[in-house]
Amino acid sequence: MSTETTMNGAQLLLRALGDQGVDTVFGYPGGAVLPIYDELFKQNSIRHILVRQEGGAVHAAEGYARSTGKVGCVLVTSGPGATNAVTGLTDALMDSIPIVCLTGQVPTHLIGNDAFQEADTTGITRPCTKHNYLVKSVADVSRIVHEAFYVAKSGRPGPVVIDLPKDVLFAQGPYTPPPPAGKEHKNYRPRLKGDLRAIEEAVALMAKAKKPLFYCGGGVINSGPRAVQLLTEFVKLTGFPITLTLMGLGAYPASDRQFLGMLGMHGLYEANWAMHDCDVMIAIGARFDDRVTGKLDAFSPGSKKIHVDIDPSSINKNVRVDLAIVGDCGHVLEDMIKVWKARQAQPDKKALAEWWRKIGEWRARDCLKYKSSKELIKPQYALERLYHHIKDKDFYITTEVGQHQMWAAQFLKFEKPNHWMTSGGLGTMGYGLPAAMGVQIAHPEALVIDVAGEASILMNIQEMSTIAQYRLPVKAFILNNEYMGMVRQWQELLHGGRYAESYMDSLPDFVKLAEAFGAVGLRAEKPGDVDGLIQEMIKVKRPVIADVRVDKAENCFPMIPSGKAHYEMILGDEAAKTGEQKVSEDGMVLV
Amino acid sequence: MTKDRTVIRHTFSVLTDNEPGVAARIIGLFSGRGYNIDSMTVAEVDPEKNLSRFTIVTTGTEMVLEQIRHQLERLVSSRAVKDLTAEGPHLERELALIKVKGEGAKRIEALRLADVFRARVVDSTLESFVFEVTGSTEKVNAFISLMKDLGIVEVARTGVAAMSRGAKGM
Repeated sequence: MSTETTMNGAQLLLRALGDQGVDTVFGYPGGAVLPIYDELFKQNSIRHILVRQEGGAVHAAEGYARSTGKVGCVLVTSGPGATNAVTGLTDALMDSIPIVCLTGQVPTHLIGNDAFQEADTTGITRPCTKHNYLVKSVADVSRIVHEAFYVAKSGRPGPVVIDLPKDVLFAQGPYTPPPPAGKEHKNYRPRLKGDLRAIEEAVALMAKAKKPLFYCGGGVINSGPRAVQLLTEFVKLTGFPITLTLMGLGAYPASDRQFLGMLGMHGLYEANWAMHDCDVMIAIGARFDDRVTGKLDAFSPGSKKIHVDIDPSSINKNVRVDLAIVGDCGHVLEDMIKVWKARQAQPDKKALAEWWRKIGEWRARDCLKYKSSKELIKPQYALERLYHHIKDKDFYITTEVGQHQMWAAQFLKFEKPNHWMTSGGLGTMGYGLPAAMGVQIAHPEALVIDVAGEASILMNIQEMSTIAQYRLPVKAFILNNEYMGMVRQWQELLHGGRYAESYMDSLPDFVKLAEAFGAVGLRAEKPGDVDGLIQEMIKVKRPVIADVRVDKAENCFPMIPSGKAHYEMILGDEAAKTGEQKVSEDGMVLV
Repeated sequence: MTKDRTVIRHTFSVLTDNEPGVAARIIGLFSGRGYNIDSMTVAEVDPEKNLSRFTIVTTGTEMVLEQIRHQLERLVSSRAVKDLTAEGPHLERELALIKVKGEGAKRIEALRLADVFRARVVDSTLESFVFEVTGSTEKVNAFISLMKDLGIVEVARTGVAAMSRGAKGM
């Protein structure tokens, strides 16, 4: 398979990346990776984006990957370069984002000698990657790169690390082209087609359902545009309601009547009640996360559960299901539709009408209602106005982590997949700004907004410098309440209002900070300023930091306190009436 | 919801690529997810195909054991995973070396019991023996507990190696 000509390790690496379709690498140079940077310098097909800290590189690659469906590529040096990447790798593992991260390593003869900038990168990253490699011979470089891309994007996607000792990058070796299409990996062959008998059984269950509900997650988006299309088709065909997880937003058009909104800890009243009361649950590409289920033994107690997932270890992990279908969401949906049509399945129209009537009642509760104010900018109001101004544009949203993230999930509506990038599983503050950067690199003309909190954004604020360097018109829309809002909310509800260390003292002047980075700084202090700020933010074709001073005491509702069941959800207006919420000791220990 | 919380003991066989870090991956998987390892043995079993075989004895609820199997299967380095306990009759053997120090009647009794357990004497001095015993974990346990009263000095055990009965391989 190998060609006659030999190249050095760094050249082999770049050629393999090129053959894998890589056009962008997010990285930061250092001693161990200098041979790679030297080769990058000599070519034009791969664009290198210089971040300001390696953590930013991984989040940027995540944003790039999630908004394009391609594998994100990262290049960092040995030691601190690799350890700084660990948070991003863990984030990508939790949220199933395909990333290939190249790390430099000290020369093979120095490994284990505590050499300068040496770290046991494969050891450190083993639990936070889907797989990792230490390349010991130049002959393996290209083969391992091809395998790494295959592993990163196949099955349940995830991050893969390739650790490259410096001497391997200098050594001469032959190039191995990518394996021909159809040649299977010796071990790792995730199952794509679902078991047809199980699919038939699932359709039979669905056809008999009186209170059915689709519960879908990021797996549908990861499966690709075809799966999203098929999901919409199937939901329409059945007439069933659908709810999406935080990771799944965009997998079904938010404006459609059959969509009940996001479910879970800060999910919608109607979605959580439907989940609790349904009799047949069709879970597709979702993993029964604790933010979704709440108290496990009170979770959807009366339902038959069908679970479609490409990762067998996601099935029966938290919740026992009645019918498991291992396979790719797209493949399984295609077969489900075929079987549904072939059987000419007719759902119980009367029961379904009654179910929709019940859902209508829950919807009428209007759970996102908040008390508007003429004096203070309510964060919900700021997001409603933001959505109003961007809804007809090609917009991409990233978020940081906390209250603003949950409000964004509640108030912004996603009609298409791959337009919503948020750190779900790991909950990484500091994700949003670098992720937005990665999205903007992939979509230079699009409107990319990081909905942020003032605390989170400071965790990776250095990336403003990258944003300035590449003239990326990223908008940071900060809901600034001068608190770590979600921490403060929990302290209010669970810890007697003792706001230990959750107050953001000595904040920078974000307008001046923007200017210092060569960006545009905007501020809104009264509800009347909000529309003008948003219009200006959209209009300027430059990076913007928008400092929206919101109500400091606002809480995010609905909320299922930790350890409670869906039916114990707290709504905003009720909370205002009753004051402090009682949470059990059991609930307190949960996060 | 009815969930069976009874903890049971299962033995897994895992065939993997023989490459650096595989044992660390498996151990990390167990420790990271809070699963138990009662014993784990590994050695290369096929140099040509570059295969290693792990035998892992673990305990957990039925749900946890199912998770363990899927998590092991998910490792990119793993070729095949079998839950031997779930899949039918199988053999389990381990080997132990037991050093016993004693005089007079105790020394004779140790030798007599070793004979009953088909343990071999692999080293001896005027005041000690080293016995080699092979068998199921229960048999090895029984032998060791008998030797306790007869002057046990130290014990080394290999942990379990296991495979299914019958003609079929992994």
